[in-house]
Amino acid sequence: MQPSIDTIRFNETPEGIDLGLRVAGPVPRALALVLDIVIRMALYLILTPLIVLADFGLGLMLLAFFGLEWLYPVVFEVWRGATPGKRAMGLRVVHDDGTPIGLPASMIRNLLRVVDFLPLLYGVGLVAVLLDRDFRRLGDLAAGTLVLRVDGGHQPRGAVVAAPVAPPLGLGLEAQQAILSFAERSQRLSEARRIELAEVLTQASGDRGELAVARVRGWASWLARGRMQESR
Amino acid sequence: MKQQQFEAANAPLWHEYRLLLEYLDGGAKARRNPAQVNLQGFPALYSTICGHYALARTRAYSPGLIADLHDLARRGYRHLYRRRPRVLSAALGFMAADFPRVLRRHALAFWMGMALLFLPMLAMGVAAYLDEEIIYSLMDGLQVGNLEELYDPANRKPGRSRERQADTDFAMFGFYIMNNVGIGFRSFASGLIFGVGSAVILVFNGLNIGAAAGHLTRLDYGGTFWTFVSGHGPYELTAIAISGAAGLLLGKALLAPGRRSRLAALRENARDAIVLVGGAAIMLLLAAVVEAFWSSGSAPAAVKYGVGLAGWVLVALYLALAGRGRHDGA
Repeated sequence: MQPSIDTIRFNETPEGIDLGLRVAGPVPRALALVLDIVIRMALYLILTPLIVLADFGLGLMLLAFFGLEWLYPVVFEVWRGATPGKRAMGLRVVHDDGTPIGLPASMIRNLLRVVDFLPLLYGVGLVAVLLDRDFRRLGDLAAGTLVLRVDGGHQPRGAVVAAPVAPPLGLGLEAQQAILSFAERSQRLSEARRIELAEVLTQASGDRGELAVARVRGWASWLARGRMQESR
Repeated sequence: MKQQQFEAANAPLWHEYRLLLEYLDGGAKARRNPAQVNLQGFPALYSTICGHYALARTRAYSPGLIADLHDLARRGYRHLYRRRPRVLSAALGFMAADFPRVLRRHALAFWMGMALLFLPMLAMGVAAYLDEEIIYSLMDGLQVGNLEELYDPANRKPGRSRERQADTDFAMFGFYIMNNVGIGFRSFASGLIFGVGSAVILVFNGLNIGAAAGHLTRLDYGGTFWTFVSGHGPYELTAIAISGAAGLLLGKALLAPGRRSRLAALRENARDAIVLVGGAAIMLLLAAVVEAFWSSGSAPAAVKYGVGLAGWVLVALYLALAGRGRHDGA
């Protein structure tokens, strides 16, 4: 649970637990930006015919352009948590404590886009993103915000159903976790990979092939459910 | 307790919590059908789930279960700690108290912004009034020509070029918003370049406005120019100076963070600076209304100067006095 080489940033909540925030890197953010630019261009095109409404239409069009240029990201971030482009890429903007972004922070990070854009096509922003551990551009640093990956429902875990087998004595916590993790994931692994991993775990007893797989599943069952096979 | 017992004992609780989350995540659509869920119980349920997550980790239950509980806790956290401001009352309170208060707290930055805008403006104004050539150090002949045309007393609508004469006030309003609020936002943001960007924008705008004023007064177009700018000037110029001052705050955090790290100083100053930018943007909105619907109107010069003077007094009183005395910590 404590990955050392990962983009997960841990944040302690008032309940005293560590929640992991998955920070998004420059590539999905750049793609989201491109999507947003396309959406905005489309809106510009749709709004341009307002000009035929003569002067009132021209005024409306200029106001709309102003909104698209400056307020588009702010409105969507405060309202939905992300601009449409970010949403499509599965990103979300939050405060650095993981709470949904509010108006002041969103204003700061989006107005400072002007500087991140310098000198050309987000040059400064890209350098900042690549230098920072949490992929923050200057606007994010000043506003105290993060761009996260929203994980759609993660993989369902397989049930541990084998008959319990007593594991060797003196298993460390890490080894127990590895065994349990194997049992939960084994259905999703290819047969060869399953056997390979199981043989690593059963090195001491020297089981090979499916025998090793069955043994590890038995251990997992023992760890998760105990010796007695309870009636289900 | 073994994992299976733990899961069996708590499964009903987790199910109830999941239903609550689906309801909360669902937004308006889920909210329309009468709720079967007990929202009052959400905070307690959430903290129980957090406890379960911590327990599962310390008892070394399976990574899959830990991940599930982590996911449940994470989804609830978002909802429990959501900040939901009441927009209208917050906006009113913001302009009535927060903005002038924060501005007074950063009086030094404000006066620096004012100085960076007005001193070059004054100097350039006097210089351009005395010397016919000096305006060409800022603008080329075409620009000067356009400027003269804008304020030619023969114009029906001063302050608008010949091709914009036919535009309605509303069209000009859109143009002023886009242009002026954009300048305000930019002069804030460029403050992140160690404050230099804001200072440059302020000085540059000051020089240009000064040159235009001096040059036009020299040409005897002063009548149209001064009556045009007097109405919206107080709000517009002050707001631009305030936006620049907000940018200077960012620069100060980077150059002289004091006893904080630069990042911490930047965050703290940015929080105040964005209040200034928001207030300045609303002032610019007001300025655009005045500029579009009043400044080019045909009221007599005396009335226009009176309105301009009243504007300066109003701005000074507002920035100096609003939000004093009440300490409700809004």
